[in-house]
Amino acid sequence: MSPRRKRTRKIFGPPAIKGLKPSCRGGGITKNEPVFLFLEEYESIKLCDYDLLNHNEASEVMGVSRPTFSRIYSAARQKVALAFVEVREIVVEGGKVYYDSAWFICNSCGCDFNHHNLEMNPDNCPLCGSNDISNVTSKEICEVGKCVCTKCGEEFEFEQGLNCNKLKCPICGHDICRRQ
Amino acid sequence: MKVAITSTGNSPDSNVDPRFGRCAYFVIYDLEIGSTEFVPNPNKNASSGAGPASVKIVADKGVKKIVSGEFGIKIKSILDSLEIQMIVVKDHKKKVSDIIEMLNH
Repeated sequence: MSPRRKRTRKIFGPPAIKGLKPSCRGGGITKNEPVFLFLEEYESIKLCDYDLLNHNEASEVMGVSRPTFSRIYSAARQKVALAFVEVREIVVEGGKVYYDSAWFICNSCGCDFNHHNLEMNPDNCPLCGSNDISNVTSKEICEVGKCVCTKCGEEFEFEQGLNCNKLKCPICGHDICRRQ
Repeated sequence: MKVAITSTGNSPDSNVDPRFGRCAYFVIYDLEIGSTEFVPNPNKNASSGAGPASVKIVADKGVKKIVSGEFGIKIKSILDSLEIQMIVVKDHKKKVSDIIEMLNH
């Protein structure tokens, strides 16, 4: 039986952080694989530990059930702990999320802004007036839907409802799995 | 059009306050006539509900854009229904005068 579809989690806006790099004892850069902290997991830590909401309130904000929220939150804490203990970089990306209004980033002054009219995209940054703006809402959604080959490491787009454990890598023919 | 900027002090040289609900002052800047008004925030030390109360203050002034460092989750839906645009400034070292200068692009 195929598992239930994942509900998309509503998050407030794009986080300012892209990731964290550990500073190792004795200097140098860690060569361990990074930990991918999904956007919904980042949001759960923000709601619980920064905005100090309880799980019930936070789950309503994200539009998921209370038990689901608790699972997201515990996954987030496990990933942060993993990064601490195994000296791994944290990369904030991916996750099955949507923003409840369109968010844009200005590449000139570095500010974020939202836009209420979803049909019409803004032309200029409201702060500095530069037209070098990019939409952050559409490009970061659903990056969790990526599968990776267990042998050659090639990444593929994952289709909702498809069991990728039964698929083979089209390049080398090995098994593929969800990116962890 | 009026723009609200959150400020840590009551002079144009103050930095932008990274928090919206509990900022020290709101700077109400009118783009057409170029006037600035400093409004002290009575919710500065409020334990809860500072965000919605602050939204009421700026909405009563007829503000259409808010420039701040961070917006709480409670006010997002209120601002959406009032169609007030949120502008998040990540560089907290920016001064209010810098923001006003950028708004006059």
